[in-house]
Amino acid sequence: MLKLPIYLDNNATTPLDPRVLEAMMPYLTEVFGNAASRNHPFGWAAEEAVDYAREQIASLINCDPKEIIFTSGATESDNLAIKGIFEMYAQKGNHIITTTTEHKAILDTCKHIEKIGGKVTYLPVNAEGLINLEELEAAMTPETILVTIMYGNNETGTIQPIREIAAIAHKHGALFMTDGTQAVGKIPVDVLADGIDLMAFTAHKMYGPKGVGAMYVRRKNPRVKVTAQMDGGGHERGMRSGTLNVPGIVGLGKACELAKQEMAADAARLSTMRDRLEKELLTLEESYVNGSIEHRLPHVANISFKYVEGEGLMMGVKDLAVSSGSACTSASLEPSYVLKALGLSDDLAHSSLRFGLSRFTTDEQIDYAIGHVKEAVTKLREMSPLWEMFQDGIDLDKIEWAEH
Amino acid sequence: MAYSDKVIDHYSNPRNVGTLDKSKKSVGTGLVGAPECGDVMRLQIEVDEATNTITDAKFKTFGCGSAIASSSLATEWLKGKTVDEALAIDNMEIVEELALPPVKIHCSVLAEDAIKSAINDYRVKNGMPELEMAKSHH
Repeated sequence: MLKLPIYLDNNATTPLDPRVLEAMMPYLTEVFGNAASRNHPFGWAAEEAVDYAREQIASLINCDPKEIIFTSGATESDNLAIKGIFEMYAQKGNHIITTTTEHKAILDTCKHIEKIGGKVTYLPVNAEGLINLEELEAAMTPETILVTIMYGNNETGTIQPIREIAAIAHKHGALFMTDGTQAVGKIPVDVLADGIDLMAFTAHKMYGPKGVGAMYVRRKNPRVKVTAQMDGGGHERGMRSGTLNVPGIVGLGKACELAKQEMAADAARLSTMRDRLEKELLTLEESYVNGSIEHRLPHVANISFKYVEGEGLMMGVKDLAVSSGSACTSASLEPSYVLKALGLSDDLAHSSLRFGLSRFTTDEQIDYAIGHVKEAVTKLREMSPLWEMFQDGIDLDKIEWAEH
Repeated sequence: MAYSDKVIDHYSNPRNVGTLDKSKKSVGTGLVGAPECGDVMRLQIEVDEATNTITDAKFKTFGCGSAIASSSLATEWLKGKTVDEALAIDNMEIVEELALPPVKIHCSVLAEDAIKSAINDYRVKNGMPELEMAKSHH
């Protein structure tokens, strides 16, 4: 029996893998020690669990366990990395380069940097969501201390050319940071091979618990340091104070171990399902894929259904949990800035749905989703004056709309 | 955000979806909103000249569930009303009836605009002067 509603919003968060929960359980009950308690077995047991998690994580992204700093999640890691680098490398320069399609945790942190005297360049992206490497190179200055560009985009799944970006940053003496939130655990991320100096990521996007994440900080070639943003006991090599969230960290470690084992098989299965979903939905007239088809995370599809409004559509697909680039889903009345950065008109951005598949998504669920979305789009188009005008051959761009 | 039962009912079973023949003198058409704002409503009325009464009303809406429900409700209310009674419909009545939250009030404003715009179209077609739109747009 198919259980409804079906969860296809896995870019927002993923369910906890039962194997992760099982690994965490003892640390929520009998093994409750503080990992910083050096003088009794309760503390030792907690510290041992944290050290083991560090190894599991390091093994997934190919770094040294000492290079992992635990945080509360990707937002904190993004803040800590950018603000911490800005302070630590103030002698060298004050310029940061990023893109217009980053997550708000990066963009708003960069705006903060501008307020406190930093300079930030926001690189545009092309219709696929990719930056232009020549524009990146041209934006580099002797003052540039950091290039921060996300690995895979949360709305479209577009994957940036990370190795090439890192090489350009390094050539000009800047550090390279990436927000790996959507990519780590989904596609191979190798910080050494990719040339990443700092990376933010989080457990709850890869079947781990919420409230725990990490920041990778390179220790050699070069040795990277960030200024702590929170004062306290000097945990995590002085970069992030606060008693460690031991059960959460154990969960993140286990999630990374499972990702390493299952990533290749998951990615192959999910991309097949995603492609089928997409192919079927594109049989609807006037529907378009947003983002890059070639350079894309395996589990993400973002599709605009022209002449249908996204929030209305989400209400029509009430048996599916998905998200939309429509204005109405956000507190502001603006449609998705990511889709607009790709050059989509406001009305196409309003008409988009994002599907995020997971390890737990089944073929049966995808079958249901295909039928459900097709039915809702067709029904709403019958109700849409724009669809009728399109059918009648009226050019909607030539109409003088009454702005309201 | 949760929708009220009435919004869900109008969204799931919209009343009076369709198109009237806009070339007819007795039909008034209002097209308001803009695709880039995420809402476009087209509301049409057919008026019996002798009694000045709205005999039929149809809509098509591109928008969220609240926009669809607001226009569906408007067509329901319009049928059987005189044109003067229709002009008196205030957007806040729609807000109350559908229990729209503050972020959706613009949907009701749009529906009121659509009613007035359809009436104006009818008036102009029948040689009457256009009415001033009292409500300011936000």
